[in-house]
Amino acid sequence: MSDDSPNPQSGSPDKEPASEAQAAQNALGNTERAEVATEPDRSVTTPAPEPESKPSLGRLFLDNLWAANTFTVTLLSLVLAVVVGAVLMIISDPAVLSTYSYITSRPSDAINSSWTLVSEAYANLFKGSIFDPEAFSGWLDGANGWQAVLAPISETLTYAAPLVFTGLSVALAFRGGLFNIGAQGQATIGVIMAALAGFLLPLPPGLHLLVAVLAGALGGAIWGFIPGILKARAGAHEVINTIMLNYVATYFLTWLIVQNGVQDPNRTDAISKAVDSSAQLPRLLGDNLRVHAGILLAVLATWAVAWLLNRSTLGFELRAVGANPDAARTAGISVTRTYILIMVFAGILAGLGGSNMVLGSTASALTPLVVAQIGFDGILVALLGRVKPWGVLLAALLFGALQAGGNRMQSYSGISLELVTVLQALIVIFIAAPALVKAIFQLRAARAARLQTSLAKGW
Amino acid sequence: MSTMAVPDIAVAPVDEGFWTRSRKVGLTLLGLGLLSAVLFGALATDQQARFTLSDDAAGAALEINGTIGAILFGIIAIAAGAALLAGVPKRWFVPVLGVGLVGFVLSFLCWQVSAAPTGQNFMPLVNIIRGTFILALPLIFGALAGVLCERSGVVNVAIEGQLLMGAFSGALFGSISGSVWVGLVAAAIGGAFISLLLAVFAIRYLVDQVVMGIVLNLLAVGVTGFLYERLMQTDAARYNSAPRFSNWEIPLLKDIPVLGPALFRGNIFLYLGLLLVLVIHIGLFRTRWGLRTRSVGEHPIAADTLGVKVLRVRYRNVLLAGVVAGIGGASYTLALYSFTKNMIGGKGFIALAALIFGRWNPTGALLAALFFGFADQLATYLGAISSSIPSQFLAMLPYLATILAVAGLVGRVRAPAADGKPYIKG
Repeated sequence: MSDDSPNPQSGSPDKEPASEAQAAQNALGNTERAEVATEPDRSVTTPAPEPESKPSLGRLFLDNLWAANTFTVTLLSLVLAVVVGAVLMIISDPAVLSTYSYITSRPSDAINSSWTLVSEAYANLFKGSIFDPEAFSGWLDGANGWQAVLAPISETLTYAAPLVFTGLSVALAFRGGLFNIGAQGQATIGVIMAALAGFLLPLPPGLHLLVAVLAGALGGAIWGFIPGILKARAGAHEVINTIMLNYVATYFLTWLIVQNGVQDPNRTDAISKAVDSSAQLPRLLGDNLRVHAGILLAVLATWAVAWLLNRSTLGFELRAVGANPDAARTAGISVTRTYILIMVFAGILAGLGGSNMVLGSTASALTPLVVAQIGFDGILVALLGRVKPWGVLLAALLFGALQAGGNRMQSYSGISLELVTVLQALIVIFIAAPALVKAIFQLRAARAARLQTSLAKGW
Repeated sequence: MSTMAVPDIAVAPVDEGFWTRSRKVGLTLLGLGLLSAVLFGALATDQQARFTLSDDAAGAALEINGTIGAILFGIIAIAAGAALLAGVPKRWFVPVLGVGLVGFVLSFLCWQVSAAPTGQNFMPLVNIIRGTFILALPLIFGALAGVLCERSGVVNVAIEGQLLMGAFSGALFGSISGSVWVGLVAAAIGGAFISLLLAVFAIRYLVDQVVMGIVLNLLAVGVTGFLYERLMQTDAARYNSAPRFSNWEIPLLKDIPVLGPALFRGNIFLYLGLLLVLVIHIGLFRTRWGLRTRSVGEHPIAADTLGVKVLRVRYRNVLLAGVVAGIGGASYTLALYSFTKNMIGGKGFIALAALIFGRWNPTGALLAALFFGFADQLATYLGAISSSIPSQFLAMLPYLATILAVAGLVGRVRAPAADGKPYIKG
């Protein structure tokens, strides 16, 4: 190795060009299994071993771009998921599938029809979630107002807001070494409390909203406290208990809706009274667009969780317990207290997510499906966001966009909304197994190899 | 990976002094008995509570006056609770607890049946037993899939997805081929497909197993729901009209009173499920395969040292679990209903509860599944006699029971030691 190497701390063998030296050094910092890590090196061939004084910035950028860092793996996971989704669309369309029966004689038919089907579906996904060129030109021509241009973004933010909360809930618990599968149940109790406060309490506007939001948080906190204390006192595994409590909460909701005083007196089906308008989150962009103040609360919550984790004493204790409970206990941290607090905070966040569902614009009354899947989606969001608060926010925006776009894809292209679920699950599967993505795309090992969001613990 | 030394596995705290676990349980049982004798006794009516030995009101019946029955069985529960409180030998704990709980349930039933609208004061036992087994069937298959997986050290939260995929591919390929047997094989392969993903990602790529299970459930819901809308809803005659297994009557056994008509005139899945419990129980505790499976699940390093191929055992068991769960899914689509979106609807998680409640033991899982199936059937029955008990609370019962069990209130629950921990040969 020449003395003017850009990596003074490099411990790689001699006679290697700088770029490979860096790749080798990256491999050292990689926690993946060695066989996977060494694979990509062979594919990289740097032509002449001429001593480079310094690799150009562009070269470094390209090297890092094709390395298995967080960003590239996330992006390629998205690509893989989209490809699998396209395959599913094609094999489930009999008309398109029939063109494959004569693919050897006229391959253009099969390719064209598949391309039309897939590109149209994904174009609708994009138009429904981010930007619709037709609405934009319509606005320029005066055919429609500015609301139509912002409608896709509004939908995306509306779907994203509750997912931010549940994602943060799961991520916070993850950092403390607990796996909160109960965000669904906590959000369910949250939605119940928020709705009850929303239509039972006669309060002035402003205060009413505050009370309703806090009631949701309290409901979530209670439902988080139960597995927390069972974990801390009896050693009962939180995964089992939160799964069970999810179902208890769901059945409680379906029972509660049809009780006197809760059920809408004018309806015979399972729907509660509507939340008073004084307890509803204000809409941000006029009454025609659904986006409401919940997304602002979500950003605030993200900031608060980031502060809690990285700046506060509790956050330090929480991360210490998550990293090594024995060491934390030796250092004088009360592990039982921390476990309880983690679950309570996780419950509060999920409960706020529940409040969003009934106080925002998604629904204004309790129904058996009012919580949708936000708790389970929150798990995926947390994993996609690498259990970091701001990462969770971005992941929730992506998932919100997928759902908003999925609605348009369903109504315009006839592609069922379930495809969005498939895409979401696939993205997270690929993200959870970075070694697989690396192997498929022949990525080189990255410097920052903290890709494995794994707890690796049993019941 | 770091090892968690905080009670990672659920272990009941060691009680010291007078208030042993047995006494605490006894006190709880005593309370339940008092509740049933006083409250149920007061609420029960003077109607005769009839438990008919048939499918309907006709035929022979066990009868008891509602009030007397509620109080009598409540007193039995009180006596059992008092016995536990006074202190009984350890080997008597489970039987006495069982008697007490049965007393409580019977007291409850006496109240409910006697308080039903006039003319409906009967409980058809054949119907109830048959319904219990039918409702327990997916739980039995699911819990067995869990046993196979987790005994070898792979956490299986994906039971729901395996059942669903089995049900879907059973319906799809059964419909296309028109043969139940093709459907059955396809269902097994469908369940094994989800298992394969679980195995590859958990064993090869070391992804957290609980995470993987949750994601696989969502994937199964998404894929089956998507294909259901695209294929089955557009052309149900071609893709969603699978043939069904007819009922097989077992000679001799079908003539046993009550149990015969309830159990031995059922379909292949019922027999297969019960047979599998037996086979897996014997296999797990009496054969070389079972010993290896258990050793890999408890202490993979030791097993590896002795020459057991840890990863191979895990792969094989996880795939086997998928086959079993896939067949369980087919017990819906090849015997009872046509496929609908998300038709398993949480049964996979109750199966998980049954697995834990049954202490990772095939026979225990069977009993837990039957208990949960009974609660489910009871909810249906109480709905039919317009009972005042909301069915939702009975539906909560399996989940609450599992929470109590895991918290160490209903006995010690301990998972296989290496359950969920990936093995890296080092």
